[in-house]
Amino acid sequence: MTLIENTAVRHSQATRTMVLWCPDWPVRALAQFEGIPVEERIALVEHGVVFACSASARAEGVRRGQRIREAQAACVDLMAFDYDPALDYRSFEPVALAVEELMPGVQLLRPGMCALAARGPARYYGGERAAAGVLLTALVGLGVEDARITVADGRFAAEQLARMPGETGIRIVEAGGSPQFLADHPIEAVGDSNLSMLLRRLGLTTLGSFAALDFRDVRARFGETGVYAHTLASGRDVRRVVPRLPPQLRDIEVAFEPPLDRVDQITFAFRTAAERFVDELTSALLVCTSIRVELHTDNGLVHDRGWGHPRWFSANDVLDRIRWQVQGRTGAGAGALTSAISRVRVLPEGLDSIGNYETGLWGSTPDDRIHHGLSRVQSLLGHGAVMTAVIAGGRGVVERQVMIPWGDPRGGAGDEHPWPGSIPLPAPSTVFEKPRAVTVQGHDGGPVDVTDRGSLTCVPALFAVSDAGAGVGRVAGAGGMGGGAAHGGGAGGGLAAVERQQPIAAWAGPWPVYERWWDQAVARSFHRFQVVDASGTAWLLALHEHGWWAEARYD
Amino acid sequence: MFEYWGVSEPAVLLADAAPAAPSVRDLQERIRQMQTTKLETRSLQTSPALAPLLPGGALKAGSAYSVEGSNALVMALMAGPSAAGAWCGVVGLPDFGAEAASRSGVDLERLVFVPHPGDQWLTVVSAIIDVVTVVVTVAPPRLGDALAARLAARIRQREATLIVLGGWPQSDATLRITESTWGGIGEGHGHLASRQVTVNAVGKGFMGQKRSARLWLPDASEQVRAVEPAAVPGAVPAAVVAPVRVPRGWGAGRVFADAQELAG
Repeated sequence: MTLIENTAVRHSQATRTMVLWCPDWPVRALAQFEGIPVEERIALVEHGVVFACSASARAEGVRRGQRIREAQAACVDLMAFDYDPALDYRSFEPVALAVEELMPGVQLLRPGMCALAARGPARYYGGERAAAGVLLTALVGLGVEDARITVADGRFAAEQLARMPGETGIRIVEAGGSPQFLADHPIEAVGDSNLSMLLRRLGLTTLGSFAALDFRDVRARFGETGVYAHTLASGRDVRRVVPRLPPQLRDIEVAFEPPLDRVDQITFAFRTAAERFVDELTSALLVCTSIRVELHTDNGLVHDRGWGHPRWFSANDVLDRIRWQVQGRTGAGAGALTSAISRVRVLPEGLDSIGNYETGLWGSTPDDRIHHGLSRVQSLLGHGAVMTAVIAGGRGVVERQVMIPWGDPRGGAGDEHPWPGSIPLPAPSTVFEKPRAVTVQGHDGGPVDVTDRGSLTCVPALFAVSDAGAGVGRVAGAGGMGGGAAHGGGAGGGLAAVERQQPIAAWAGPWPVYERWWDQAVARSFHRFQVVDASGTAWLLALHEHGWWAEARYD
Repeated sequence: MFEYWGVSEPAVLLADAAPAAPSVRDLQERIRQMQTTKLETRSLQTSPALAPLLPGGALKAGSAYSVEGSNALVMALMAGPSAAGAWCGVVGLPDFGAEAASRSGVDLERLVFVPHPGDQWLTVVSAIIDVVTVVVTVAPPRLGDALAARLAARIRQREATLIVLGGWPQSDATLRITESTWGGIGEGHGHLASRQVTVNAVGKGFMGQKRSARLWLPDASEQVRAVEPAAVPGAVPAAVVAPVRVPRGWGAGRVFADAQELAG
């Protein structure tokens, strides 16, 4: 709002505006998403400070803008979650749609709050109170019981009215009553913290006292921001309601009757829908770069997950994602599908102009070819079967290599930080997916162990890989990475199933590892050794609770 | 230490022509090129240390190589093409060390893994061969000659290079580490720092000969390079070929030089 506009419309009347506010919407959205009751003590955290909290948490002393440590100190059983704006918008969309059904011209101020021009609905429903009543009934029908609907001259007054304490659902300030209504509000309501602090120090503690100043003096002293705050404070908020364009829905949904429980049936039934989905996008000159797939099961559960694509989704890619998601949920374990699927919904999350993805004049780039080939393998074996590697930070050899499925963002991984205590270079060329059991013996054939004081009981002299089959146990959590299927080919590369015992030519160690001692569940403590056997192959061994394991091999 | 001099080998054709061996070998190479029935294939960029161990001095597009029991050697082979911008694929090797690959010069952005192809091995390898220049894999336990031949045809058609860990019936060369000595580690002290290996190469590409080279795999600065023959006065170049008669006492000097290099 520029100065010129302000002066031009200075004397014009603020329009009657209706504001709808659902308090604590982020908390409600999250509680619904996580499946926890909204009465729990919940806080949403953004950048280390509380962004929003539930009413019960507020009763315990949690405040917006508080540091998370202080909030946890105030309320011991606080459940803290990361704030996700996308979730807010997504969950508020049904509410906005329901309001649009009843009254057109909704402006979404933020998730949980929207504004409407009050004149039309008031005339149609026979009065402002009646219109607000209709809206409130509709919201209760959507499960939002504590919504507040306010009508006042101008959006600012209506918002302030909604934020007034109290339980009343419908609040109305009669036409022309806004300046009086606002007069008693504290000066901080103008929203500009620098300005309000200055005004308070000048002795203007309420909006009324600020509004009483002459408009020209305010402009001379505070400039444009001051004039804007002055119009708000004097109840002449001339901002109009700018109705949003109702979004064009591009999501696609197929219901199965009877519900289906086989992957091929589901993908087959979805095929035409997926083609329609992509065709509609193409005709709108759009491509979809990420989607969200929702699987609704017969017993009312919803499994949803987002899928990215390095290029853009074709119909087959969409079907692949649905298939992988269903396959990933089959079998036992947490999050498994417990009943047949009654409905599949695909929502486009990332849309982009098709022009950015046009094939070049001289054909596609070589990387396209690679992507097509690898996607074929992925559709054959599953999303996680084709991977690229990124070197991450860490001390052990296993945690340093992070495998990322093809198509997922590789992230800005890079390991510039020093890792004191990591295994010295060169890196081992074979890193066992699952650690292999080995035996290490002294000259007399006795076991080699490390005492509590960190010294060896005897010099390691003989070494044998006792079992080529992968280690059953875990080397203190080091082997938990893959969990992949047992594969016949293996990495042995000519290694016999059971190897002969051979003398140790050289060795180094023990190098004690004592990690994450502060957390009982993931704490681990063991000793590492490097051993060179008689054939000149070197091994990285770990001694964990009297058992020897090979973590890696330098072959 | 001495086995790679091949003293006990049955004397091949060139055994007695040792002084003239290089020129004769060159001539033979030329004859082979003139007689060759297939078109000259494209060479991939190859790490110079490994060139003497490969027929024609480089990895060839459309050929298969096999490496026995050493991932590090595979990585050294991949490093050349990868540095030149080629994509590499590793199929069926869940234990392949990504960090070592990256440090030996393979670009991780252009390296894809299919760790568990399961019973779809042939399909996956064929699909990967279609798009990737260097494919590293391990042959499944029961692979018929017919399948191997089909795969070989596919490699030739797509101009890919196959590196098989373990045996492979149609390989141009088989590389094997016959001797390896680690430096930097002792009896309970130090740590693995560098390694010298002797790599033997045999295969149909060498016309029945056997080659061997001594390499740092890796040296103290994580580079793969040939062990400089200059350290040994009078030594034959690394691409030692054939059974030359070694004067007595020469080997001892060599061992001594090795020990010095390792100590350094």
